[in-house]
Amino acid sequence: MLDSALRQIFQKACPKDAEFASLRFHRDRDDNVSVRQDILQPLSTSYDEGVMVTVHSKGGIGYGATSELTESGIKTAFSHAMEWAKRSRDLTVTDYSKIPMPHPKGTFKSPVKKPWDSTPLKDKVERLMALSKTMKVNPKIVDWSADLWHNRSERLYLTNEGGEVSQDFDRLVPMLRVTANEGAETQSRTFGHMAVCRQQGLELLDESNFFEMGKVLADEALQLLAAPNCPAGVMDLLLAPDQMVLQIHESIGHPLELDRILGDERNYAGTSFVTLDMFGKFQYGSPLLNVTFDPTRPEQSASYAFDDDGTKAERQFLIKDGVLMRPLGGQISQARAGMPGVANTRADSWRRPAIDRMANLNVEPGTSAFEDMVQSVKKGIYMRTNTSWSIDDSRNKFQFGCEWAQLIEDGKLTKVVKKPNYRGISASFWKSLKMVGNPSTFEVLGTPYCGKGEPNQAVFVGHATPPCLFGQVDVFGGE
Amino acid sequence: MQQYFNDLADFANTKLKGDEVYTAFLSGEDSDFCRLSGAKVRQAGNVKQNSLSFRLIEGRKHAEASISLAGSKEEDQRRLETLIKSLRDQVKEVPDDPHLLYATKVNSTERVQPNDLPDARDTISRVTQKTKGLDLVGVYAAGGVHRGFANSFGQRNWYQTHSFNFDWSFYLRADKAVKTGYAGFKWQDAEFGQKVEDAKAQLAVLGKEPRTIKPGRYRVYIAPGALCEVTDLMSWGGFSMKAHRTKQTPLLKMVEGNQHLHPSVTISEHTAGGISPDFSSSGFTKPERVTMIQEGRYKDCLISARSAMEYKVETNGAHEGESPMSLELGAGSLAQANVLGELKDGIYLNNLWYLNFSDRPACRVTGMTRFASFWVENGQIKQPLNVMRFDESVLRMLGENLVGLTKERELILSSSSYGQRHTVSNHLPGALVDDFSFTL
Repeated sequence: MLDSALRQIFQKACPKDAEFASLRFHRDRDDNVSVRQDILQPLSTSYDEGVMVTVHSKGGIGYGATSELTESGIKTAFSHAMEWAKRSRDLTVTDYSKIPMPHPKGTFKSPVKKPWDSTPLKDKVERLMALSKTMKVNPKIVDWSADLWHNRSERLYLTNEGGEVSQDFDRLVPMLRVTANEGAETQSRTFGHMAVCRQQGLELLDESNFFEMGKVLADEALQLLAAPNCPAGVMDLLLAPDQMVLQIHESIGHPLELDRILGDERNYAGTSFVTLDMFGKFQYGSPLLNVTFDPTRPEQSASYAFDDDGTKAERQFLIKDGVLMRPLGGQISQARAGMPGVANTRADSWRRPAIDRMANLNVEPGTSAFEDMVQSVKKGIYMRTNTSWSIDDSRNKFQFGCEWAQLIEDGKLTKVVKKPNYRGISASFWKSLKMVGNPSTFEVLGTPYCGKGEPNQAVFVGHATPPCLFGQVDVFGGE
Repeated sequence: MQQYFNDLADFANTKLKGDEVYTAFLSGEDSDFCRLSGAKVRQAGNVKQNSLSFRLIEGRKHAEASISLAGSKEEDQRRLETLIKSLRDQVKEVPDDPHLLYATKVNSTERVQPNDLPDARDTISRVTQKTKGLDLVGVYAAGGVHRGFANSFGQRNWYQTHSFNFDWSFYLRADKAVKTGYAGFKWQDAEFGQKVEDAKAQLAVLGKEPRTIKPGRYRVYIAPGALCEVTDLMSWGGFSMKAHRTKQTPLLKMVEGNQHLHPSVTISEHTAGGISPDFSSSGFTKPERVTMIQEGRYKDCLISARSAMEYKVETNGAHEGESPMSLELGAGSLAQANVLGELKDGIYLNNLWYLNFSDRPACRVTGMTRFASFWVENGQIKQPLNVMRFDESVLRMLGENLVGLTKERELILSSSSYGQRHTVSNHLPGALVDDFSFTL
């Protein structure tokens, strides 16, 4: 009903003297159900809808975004867009009129088996409550919670030359947190916050063993409380998939964003140690490293058929056998840089313009069994679940921390240690990749919290990965 | 918009049944954004949005939802009525909430600031002219921001401001840049021009051969813009009642142990000195000041309505996240003019970047130097610094290793705009610190 009205308004309001015009409509619903310390927290649902219209006119560019979905509201948005386009002529980073924009047709829908609304609210609350009650296993457990976040996003994209794309996304983010304390020491274990997030329905809860994880995390938090600090030294480092997510994201994903390489993000998210001349020849990692931009794995959190500039999304290798192949850059960045990229221009909502983003950025599986990776290590450490991330503005010098670690001694997982951290330099770190987990170890993960852009925006991204083993990394612990 | 909101609130009153009550919070803006790269326009446009959060309460049961407003009275009344019916169905299904608390004593307020902003497009024309030939990158955001509260008891609060925030950097090459900002309520070409000249002067120093330092401990001056990153990280639970009671505060050693900050450190939430509204989404009014750390010792927490019920204490109007909105660090006695002389040999940090905890219970943080940071010798700026990673405890940085805080302070208005333009501010001095640890 609204879609049909929007088409009509778009036809009427679309400025005829613009070379390119588009309307992007978003209707989002976010449901949050949370139980903390066996008490249901306030239920909250957000219904958010609005449009962004964009014009390219005589070289200039402008947009108007509004939650006023009336004819006058959208006409006003177009007049803002046209006024900005007019005033930005001769002041823009590129002649926008010369960039051919797609006018696509198509649809996309998340592969949901058990929709969010197929289960009554009461059942969801009862299951979370039962899960919460498994987590307080000891008086030292001082806080615990179980949450479900459901996001449904319907999008319609129209262009002035008949393009029309409709895409419906359904995402689920299950989350658990358990905190144990004794005196001035506190340790937490979490599930989901930074890694488990997919375009799936409630079937994800069983597939990820969500309801069994409460007690496991509580036991692990207590083990950490009693554990010694992570030792300091140079050693082999085995990263679990839920830490690989962060490692890929920060030290491959962000440096390969073409808008960063072109300099657009230098004032906020930063630049990149990668330069345009490195594509096609730079040895980014060891020959075991293969990284894809893969929007085709339907259950992954950032799969789609078209990006927000209407470019058809296709799987591409960004790094092949360790060599840097192509950047994460959409239609406009590709035109500015004069090189091919991928369909990754995305906006987090109707209120923000689309920019180059990660979507699904995956490390392809290798050939090693998990046990073989452990057995290959004489002195090393196995780390799981990110808790701290920091990297320089060129995406080179990083320091990451995990919630959980176990030493690897003479090919065996041994003592649990707390506060594990490691640091390195992106440009050399991936060259120390020694072993990559096989398909049986591969996990489809993702995060809803990738922040970037001016004005700021946060998007869902996906990272599927096996565990990976790195040689001779600088590891250390807490105070 | 104020009248529109009040009319919608009155309409909501007519849709309540029995003992139902409601609270409503409006958040909106009408902003222009212009993104610049290489002193040219990358993206520019206008965003107009209004979102209404509505909580329906019956006894101790409640449910909450938010809707975006369409801007037509009939449509928004229809959306609100549908929402109330849906919340009523949810309220029937939920158990009593022992931690529910909302204001019942009516305390209506209004704070409206006039619009003195120039047309954003005119401003951008002047900016691009003034900075011609320089590699400028950043974002200009300007326009009206408003917040409103209403409840079924008749309380009405309104906050409206018109501000601009131009957050930008001048780049010399690669990662060598000077970051600065100009924010306020009335654009002054002369003031902007002075900031451009100051930044250009720093650019000249950046042209010198950069220095790479070895990991180790150094005496540093942390300018207010850099210190802001530290106080932002401390705000990740550091001042929250819930984080304190659940032992997740990074200041745990100040609460459970016997550690204190330097006696010259007093940190407060100074609502009267910031630009945030003085009312919460539960309808409570914030006091002018809450002192969290007084003369180096932990004093009070920020307490949301929910924490107040849970921990049986009084709320001080904090939002649910219990982080400061208008943080103030008291001034010290070090004159800004003497900073380089007092630093003598060390590092002048204009900006820090991407801070995170490397040991949260010990409040140890890691992060990077960024933008114009300088090597200083014998009280003179000698060379720009290549970026370095630090890893240091805030308890040491603002405790035993703090040499002094400056007399002069900067009011830093946040340029954050996730979802909407934010109203967070920090009022901070600079800090001279000994034995600051660089690691990579």
